[in-house]
Amino acid sequence: MRQQRKNKPAEIPTASLEEGGSIDRILKSQNLSAKGPGEEYNFAYLDEDTKREIRRALLKAVAIPGYQVPFAGREMPMPYGWGTGGIQVSASIIGKDDVFKVIDQGSDDTTNAVSIRAFFETLTGVATTTETAEATIIQTRHRIPETPLAEGQIMVYQVPLPEAMRQLEPSEPETRSLHALFEYGLMYLKLYEDITKHKEITISYDYPVLVADRYAMSPSPIPRFDNPKLNDSKALHLFGAGRERRVYAIPPHTRVKSFDFNDHPFRVQGWENSCAICGATDSYLDEIVQDDRGGRMFVCSDSDHCQRRLRLASQPEAGPPERLASLGQEAQDRG
Amino acid sequence: MYVAVKGGQKAITEAHKLLEETRRGDLSVPEISLAQIQNQMGLAVDRVQAEGSLYAPKLAALATKQAKGDLVEAIFLLRAARASLKRFGYSEPIETASMRARRRVSGTFKDIPGGQILGPTFDYTHRLLKRSLMDGGQAPPGGAPIPIAKGPGAQPGADGLGGELLGVATILEREGILETVGTAPEDGEPFDLTRQPLEVPLARPGRLQALARADEGFLLALAYSSQRGFGSVHPFVAELKLGPVELGFRAPELGMPITVGEIEVTECQTANQFKGGAGKPPMFTRGYGLTFGHNERKALSMAIVDRALRAGELGEAIKGPAQNPEFVLYHGDNVEASGFVSHIKLPHYVDFQAELSMLRAMRKKFNGSGGPPEPDDKDE
Repeated sequence: MRQQRKNKPAEIPTASLEEGGSIDRILKSQNLSAKGPGEEYNFAYLDEDTKREIRRALLKAVAIPGYQVPFAGREMPMPYGWGTGGIQVSASIIGKDDVFKVIDQGSDDTTNAVSIRAFFETLTGVATTTETAEATIIQTRHRIPETPLAEGQIMVYQVPLPEAMRQLEPSEPETRSLHALFEYGLMYLKLYEDITKHKEITISYDYPVLVADRYAMSPSPIPRFDNPKLNDSKALHLFGAGRERRVYAIPPHTRVKSFDFNDHPFRVQGWENSCAICGATDSYLDEIVQDDRGGRMFVCSDSDHCQRRLRLASQPEAGPPERLASLGQEAQDRG
Repeated sequence: MYVAVKGGQKAITEAHKLLEETRRGDLSVPEISLAQIQNQMGLAVDRVQAEGSLYAPKLAALATKQAKGDLVEAIFLLRAARASLKRFGYSEPIETASMRARRRVSGTFKDIPGGQILGPTFDYTHRLLKRSLMDGGQAPPGGAPIPIAKGPGAQPGADGLGGELLGVATILEREGILETVGTAPEDGEPFDLTRQPLEVPLARPGRLQALARADEGFLLALAYSSQRGFGSVHPFVAELKLGPVELGFRAPELGMPITVGEIEVTECQTANQFKGGAGKPPMFTRGYGLTFGHNERKALSMAIVDRALRAGELGEAIKGPAQNPEFVLYHGDNVEASGFVSHIKLPHYVDFQAELSMLRAMRKKFNGSGGPPEPDDKDE
């Protein structure tokens, strides 16, 4: 599954005023209008100064777990909402020896994951993988892999709305004050109202957590099923919100607690079904509508986890049975 | 069957081919050139440069072509290109007083020093479709930037454009009835919205930068809402002008500014009624708008919104969204807005699944208890 390096990293473009003068000349010296990507852009797209600036913000974020550090986000060549925050974080930390994995909705094969992986393949030439255990950096949208993370691994989250208190207080200066004052009464009030009205807490994803007993934090829109994976994790978790211009972090082995009450403890979603492909009973399942008569099947949202289980179930030496891939190929062949 | 839903590489490749095919359209129709776009769709190019925050007419034309005429998409392309460029430094402030104006009008005085120059404007055209343009081929008649009323002090430059013009705002300022503006600090780098994060409260230089790259339609609607009474600013156009200005750059090796080129800008200065307050006497207050290229609607809207955003500073009651810095600054960028609104097209299977199981569990409870747990659930 691991893809070897395809391209040598792009040369760092140079242009200076001595060589030219006008903006047009400077642009020309970077071949901005002429060639395709990868031939004229810096390693991982952003220039070195920008990457260093983002790394400094990340260092601060690691030093103050759960605290949102403002950073001057740049426009990336993907739209806001497609993961520009995560992409900038990945671009800032990725090195030539990294092995990069991208998932969206748990899968490496969702269109946006394919697109982001291709972006980094072209602009860095680093090796990519679909296997969780092989990756040094895993960029994700909406999931944390089922395979437990290891020391040295970095999770990079794409974050749409970094402010955990935003739905309760629309104003940014106000929410910053609430964090500064450690004033999370509004959050408990919301949970309390939920319980009195619905007999349970109705936040099913992007379920707020308290990091290192200090900062309320949005875990990004992961299902609350994934929240417990953040607690005392061996990996470093970095969060990037491009449009909102914030980064934040959970260093390894940090206490991360989902907001709850003693008499209403936090709990995760469960299914009555198991995965129709690998039979997993403990993974997050996607629901697939099979026909127009209400037929349903459930399969692992984490496609790597599913394949790994299949592999282990058959012959470990004979290589992976590419059942998912062949299913997909059949579907595409049928149109 | 379900894996097809997850798309994958092949689907993307084919989608990109289709996109390219529809961009090019019917092959029997000649392909449009960048020179044609730059020359004949100049206002589109100007808008892309202004909101793309990059003065590069040729790249803006390329972006417009690549975006199939979708200007918000073109703006996005140019912003992304801009983000990949290394920062060399900051230019000297441009001197719009030295602008060689192609167009210059004032709504406050009939006659102004240097005269009012109508220039290339739609303002007094009759909006009738010109059927003669359907086939093209005719050379247009030439025109000249003739002042409507030539006031004292006009000094035409070599190309017939006006020389240095005494600004209308300066005239009012000298009389003491228009507030003066502070001077820029001599040294130190300016605030730069593309290098520092947007945070409110944001001082006026930062606000003006945000407005200069904000969506034209968004600013237009805000300016309009303010004129209609949602935080009224009573604007007069002291001066609206268009033309090229020189761009100076102080290279560290040289120790003095050198001119590196010329850019065209549209500048709008408004004078606004102010009855006094916050320790200030009654006077006219300023609104300021500046854009790359020819962009009058944007420059005017920007000046009105700039003034509206000063409500807090001037002790005025905040009654409309145009006066709320957080509302305006966080929602005016069309690259951000378009991205976030559009992203709901992306898969949300996981979150929807979470909502599904939550809803089913709640319905189970609802059906089990024979009714809602509380009678008044309407506000949820």
